[in-house]
Amino acid sequence: MLKRVHFGPSLLPYLLVSPQIIITLVFFIWPAGQAVYQSFLVEDAFGLSSEFVWIDNYIELFQDESYPNTFYRTVFFSFMVALVSMTGALVLAAMADRVIKGSLAYRTLLIWPYAVAPVVAGALWMFMFDPTLGVVAYFLDGFGYDWNHRTNGNEAMALIIFAAAWKQISYNFLFFLAAMHSVPRSLIEAAAIDGAGPFKRFWTIVFPLISPTTFFLLVINIVYAFFETFGIVHAVTKGGPGKDTEILVFKVYNDGFIGLDLGGSAAQSVILMAFVIVLTVVQFRYVEKKVEY
Amino acid sequence: MIENRPIATFISHAVLIIGLLVVAFPVWVTIVAASYDSVRVLQVPLPLWPGDQFFVNLHSALTAGVGNAREQSVGLMLMNSFFMAMMITTGKIIISLLSAFAIVYFRFPFRMGFFWMIFITLMLPVEVRILPTFEVVANLGMLDTYWGLSVPLIASATATFMFRQVFLTIPDEMLEAARIDGAGPMRFFFDILLPLSRTNIAALFVILFIYGWNQYLWPLLVTTDKEMYTIVMGIKQMLEAAEESPEWHLIMMTTLLAMLPPVIVVVAMQKLFVKGLTETDK
Repeated sequence: MLKRVHFGPSLLPYLLVSPQIIITLVFFIWPAGQAVYQSFLVEDAFGLSSEFVWIDNYIELFQDESYPNTFYRTVFFSFMVALVSMTGALVLAAMADRVIKGSLAYRTLLIWPYAVAPVVAGALWMFMFDPTLGVVAYFLDGFGYDWNHRTNGNEAMALIIFAAAWKQISYNFLFFLAAMHSVPRSLIEAAAIDGAGPFKRFWTIVFPLISPTTFFLLVINIVYAFFETFGIVHAVTKGGPGKDTEILVFKVYNDGFIGLDLGGSAAQSVILMAFVIVLTVVQFRYVEKKVEY
Repeated sequence: MIENRPIATFISHAVLIIGLLVVAFPVWVTIVAASYDSVRVLQVPLPLWPGDQFFVNLHSALTAGVGNAREQSVGLMLMNSFFMAMMITTGKIIISLLSAFAIVYFRFPFRMGFFWMIFITLMLPVEVRILPTFEVVANLGMLDTYWGLSVPLIASATATFMFRQVFLTIPDEMLEAARIDGAGPMRFFFDILLPLSRTNIAALFVILFIYGWNQYLWPLLVTTDKEMYTIVMGIKQMLEAAEESPEWHLIMMTTLLAMLPPVIVVVAMQKLFVKGLTETDK
């Protein structure tokens, strides 16, 4: 990690790292420490005094039914986003890997949703499914299905899953396609000579060989669904109807900024931090070591 | 392709085209909605073909603004977004280049300590430390400024790692040669390292510009002044206003304007984008 040939000690390296380190300390490590500290405090309504309460905030969080529910909901949401987005991307990548003509054009036309902000994605899907104006809602109405995500919690959940998965499809597509390109041609040719059709070849050769990428994408998609979909939820459902689409990050924001329950919000932050740390470790330990065949 | 199966090839194209249409449909609906006047947009169903009001709506959104954010024209929000995205992007690239340079090319006490400190930022996304970070920014008097919008976001572990990776692949002979020629560390940095990592910088620029432009939660917290609204959060204000005065034609026009710059960047610099994406997320 250090170059064999390098410069000796002087003041210069400290100057070079200082901007990054100062920003890290002031805006990352200090606030994170504050979050941990505040999670052990209870403040009165006016913020005038606070009391150290050990882990009461955490206990309260888990005794309150809404927190575990929010947790399960978030896990469900994340897995559904990963499933929908990765399945769609896998099918498209498998097809794009097959075609010779126009592969690049398809790629160009599929990668742009990555650039769309989550809240913008939310606005697009919200308009399409708007119960009174939306094209899709109108279409569903024609089939006798009355779509209203403002009152039906399941439909609200489905809507944010679609919007979140739509945005992520480009990312998954690019990585699947790259992984498929790196599958040795000779293996596929050998299978073809042995009489395996395209389907069989995909399931028995390509799919197992790209499994490291699949696992990597699963982790990335879950992190995405946990932390980067705030904009979608905030714009489309605001956690409603009721709490049917309230995910963890939204709850941290809502309890902290709207509900002004600083201790509870901080305790939630700490739990989320622990979760991110676990995911990061998983990502670096297991995903970095690409499975070799 | 290793065998000729016209039917399979046909199915592949068909699936791809259907996929493309499904992916593009939400945006098509947006374009259509943005091209009618306020009355027609509210009639159900919306036609599937654009109308003739597109440029009228464009003009009125850019100059007059929409809904709650009425006082602020969309043009100004676009400017704010652009400044914020550029500050975040250049800031991240500069400080990451410098710290990667220090960590790879210098031996000094606490070198690994600094490295791990930067690594930790990876585990602390804004979303999990919303309130305390907000307090820090408020205490520093950075609310409602471009600095407050950008500086707290510019520490970057991924960019630092990427540059570290790039520097590690540069042969040692480069530094030896530069030293023999009498170049100091900064001379070496500017004359050799920077030119050699040009494409990586460009690739990273594409990714980070999108990241910066699409920031939502952070601007939502640190801006209260309408002068400082970015376009991405402006949309949210409009959606809220839509419950009273549904100006969907203008909202959809704004949505288009909000997604256009990053989409153009991705499509126009596709190669760099793919490179940046695959290199930073490893």
